[in-house]
Amino acid sequence: MASENLTPTAYIQHHLQNLAYGKLPAGYERADGTVVSQDMWTLAHTSKEASDMGFWCLHLDTLGWGVVLGTIFSLFFWRTAKKATAGQPTGVQSFIELLVEFIDTTVKGTFHHANKMVAPMGLTIFVWVFLMNLMDLVPVDWLPVAAAKISGNDHLFFKVVPTTDPNATLGMAFTVFALMIFFSIQKKGAIGFLKELTLHPFHSGKIYIDIFLIPINFVLETIALVSKPVSLGLRLFGNMYAGEMIFILIAIMFGAGAILGIFAGALQWGWAVFHILVITIQAFVFMVLTTVYMAMAHDTHEDH
Amino acid sequence: MSASLVYFAAAFLIGLAALGTGIGFALLGGKLLEGAARQPEQGPQLQTKMFLMAGLLDAVPMIGVGIGMYLIFVVAPGMAA
Repeated sequence: MASENLTPTAYIQHHLQNLAYGKLPAGYERADGTVVSQDMWTLAHTSKEASDMGFWCLHLDTLGWGVVLGTIFSLFFWRTAKKATAGQPTGVQSFIELLVEFIDTTVKGTFHHANKMVAPMGLTIFVWVFLMNLMDLVPVDWLPVAAAKISGNDHLFFKVVPTTDPNATLGMAFTVFALMIFFSIQKKGAIGFLKELTLHPFHSGKIYIDIFLIPINFVLETIALVSKPVSLGLRLFGNMYAGEMIFILIAIMFGAGAILGIFAGALQWGWAVFHILVITIQAFVFMVLTTVYMAMAHDTHEDH
Repeated sequence: MSASLVYFAAAFLIGLAALGTGIGFALLGGKLLEGAARQPEQGPQLQTKMFLMAGLLDAVPMIGVGIGMYLIFVVAPGMAA
């Protein structure tokens, strides 16, 4: 597809490279020898070009699939909600009711404060992340080859699963992190939030001892605070990236003769079935942890 | 030479992570069975909690496997070439 002597490593690296649209600096020597005259926004033809784009580089496939799946989710739920009838609910409506109730009880189990935004956010995160993960079950070569055919550009990198791109998962995780900080400050006030960062876990009430404890507390608390979004984002990325990588490795076996091909088919089926479980659990864990972090942000320590 | 070191690194990364996960899941599964045996009607709730913990437990080794495979398939060939 990409080139005649398609070695397994080239095949893997081709499937791991996102569709990068970014700015190449003036005077940059491209893969096919042409030199860029002035700063130019273009599609990267090789992974080296994509990495040389540095900061100014958008992964169009991750953004595109994320937006497409997001709109599918919201349109589908909105249309069903509009047509919802209490009399005789359709199959689709009862399925969505089941989902909403399941997430409502889960969120109510962990989040005991008054905030109308947390349950809908939980629903959005669960369904959106699940849809993005679901793209991983589509066999590895189908969509990229289709995209290459449609766009007519054979060097088209097309990574279909948005959650195998750390930018996407860490982006979501740090949005949750920003929300966490916002709600902490809103509920506890900036001083309350700072007090929580500096006076937990060790505090004695007497100021001259606390002075020495504050730096230790601060280091401990900041590490705990920062590790939340990082672990939240990397957990989803790690699971999906490893799952995708195994699908790619299985896909390589298809090219190695009939016997291995059939064996690879069984392997792909088996791994896909197991991966359905992994996908659901990771979406669920992402939602539950977001709810737990929101609950911790709202917890003002007075009520217990 | 350094390319083969990367393979060692990835092997340790994935191997030790798998060791930890194995022990973790064994304990988790054992406790689930004990809890379900002691109170069979709590079985389903315990199971959902177990899956939640399994999701959390899975995080670190999966990140390790992700990085390990990145080392094997992207870093090492790059260095060998």
